[in-house]
Amino acid sequence: MSMASVHSSTPVPTVTHAADPSGALEEKVSVRNLNFFYGGNRALKDINVRLYAKKVTAFIGPSGCGKSTLLRILNRVYDLYPNQRAVGEVMIDGQNILAPGQDLNQLRARVGMVFQKPTPFPMSIYENIAFGVRLYERLNKADLDSRVEQALRRAALWDEAKDKLAANGLSLSGGQQQRLCIARTVAVKPEVILLDEPCSALDPISTAKIEELIDELKDDYTIAIVTHNMQQAARCSDFTAFMYLGELVEFDTTSKMFTTPADRRTQDYITGRFG
Amino acid sequence: MTMSEHTIKAFDADLQDLTRVVVEMGGLAERLIVNALEALDKRDLALAQRVITDDAKIDALQREIEEKGILTIARRQPMAVDLREVVGALRLSNDLERIGDLAKNIAKRVGALDGDFQPQQVMRGVEHMTDLVLAQIKEVLDSFAHRDSAKALAVWRGDEEIDAVNNSLFRELLTYMMEDPRNISYCIHLLFCAKNIERMGDHATNIAETVYYMVEGRPLAEERPKGDTTAMTSMPFRN
Repeated sequence: MSMASVHSSTPVPTVTHAADPSGALEEKVSVRNLNFFYGGNRALKDINVRLYAKKVTAFIGPSGCGKSTLLRILNRVYDLYPNQRAVGEVMIDGQNILAPGQDLNQLRARVGMVFQKPTPFPMSIYENIAFGVRLYERLNKADLDSRVEQALRRAALWDEAKDKLAANGLSLSGGQQQRLCIARTVAVKPEVILLDEPCSALDPISTAKIEELIDELKDDYTIAIVTHNMQQAARCSDFTAFMYLGELVEFDTTSKMFTTPADRRTQDYITGRFG
Repeated sequence: MTMSEHTIKAFDADLQDLTRVVVEMGGLAERLIVNALEALDKRDLALAQRVITDDAKIDALQREIEEKGILTIARRQPMAVDLREVVGALRLSNDLERIGDLAKNIAKRVGALDGDFQPQQVMRGVEHMTDLVLAQIKEVLDSFAHRDSAKALAVWRGDEEIDAVNNSLFRELLTYMMEDPRNISYCIHLLFCAKNIERMGDHATNIAETVYYMVEGRPLAEERPKGDTTAMTSMPFRN
């Protein structure tokens, strides 16, 4: 199929709000006319998409379509690398986080991120969580203890970890390590959580635990998840965005996207006909 | 609608297999109807018996589709159009199985139709109705084979004529029964046969709805024209 026909700028997709029983959707993050460059290579093309508050938005698409790149822009992790540049607007609560003068530490506390491979620090389970908290807040021992416990409970890891808080984070299993990373992320009380293929290195049971966790976390957080697992996107997201070759092809409620997608490319991708 | 192939070829094979069995079932159902009516018309008990035996084949095919469908869902986790293909096949096989049952029911009545009272006109009416239903079934199976929602829609809207013929048959048979109570046994059996054929037409419209859903991804929303008024028909009995 020719992809040339869709090379124009992507309009903001209209979404049927049927999936939302309350009817009230609050826009938490709004990406507007976003372009991204790796050096001279344009990796994202005029992306317009919204993340709704306390909803899970899944980003799907073949490798190299730009979904991880988009996620990396939302907390400006890309800023750590030279020659990477974002043009456009990313509004969080109406404030453009791409604007010069944005406090990056503050931004990354508001927008937490969990990566594909679990990345616990080589320190104790307790310190893995307390480390980040200390960067942003001064808490006494009791409050810090309680914050660590809260975070571990929130990440459904407390029961497994409470008797070995001093053990090295790396001694945990892969699934536990990933939940530790989620605990570390929620400990600093973020507003948005970005999950970049959080289950791709996990076994099915650990994956189910993470998905259960996502379901619980969305009561309090706005969540964006990049996943290659179509069933996972269908299971745990409220909205789904399909990206291809750096463009946002379709964005709609997950129920619509996985039953009757509007765009032929979306259908070909989710039914395994791509390429 | 043409579809590109799945990356996993075996998935295509699974879906094609489902379609193949549904088509086979459809062909068998058509033959069952033709044979049941011929047996009825000619009082051919041997042919009637064959219809009854053949119905078991349709039942077996339905079970096959159910097993294949469930296996495909378990193995491939179909999405969107593929999921509708599988769910559609399951639904179609239910309707075709019911059509087989109705044909079998007609065949079972062949032995009960004895006596001299055999008004040709009524039998022609039943045959006419059967031709209409067969045409509907053929069209709707075509619409399935070509995934043609426009054709399915035409079938869905075309059930009215069958209802009209059924209404007039109903009145005719009522009249014969009133004329002479000895006709009642024959007429009742024929009335059931007519009702069975009319029900086949209803299953054809069900199939049309399923095909439409498979292709379009949304159910047929409008109200279907209905012409069956036999539920409201009565005739004053005069001596």
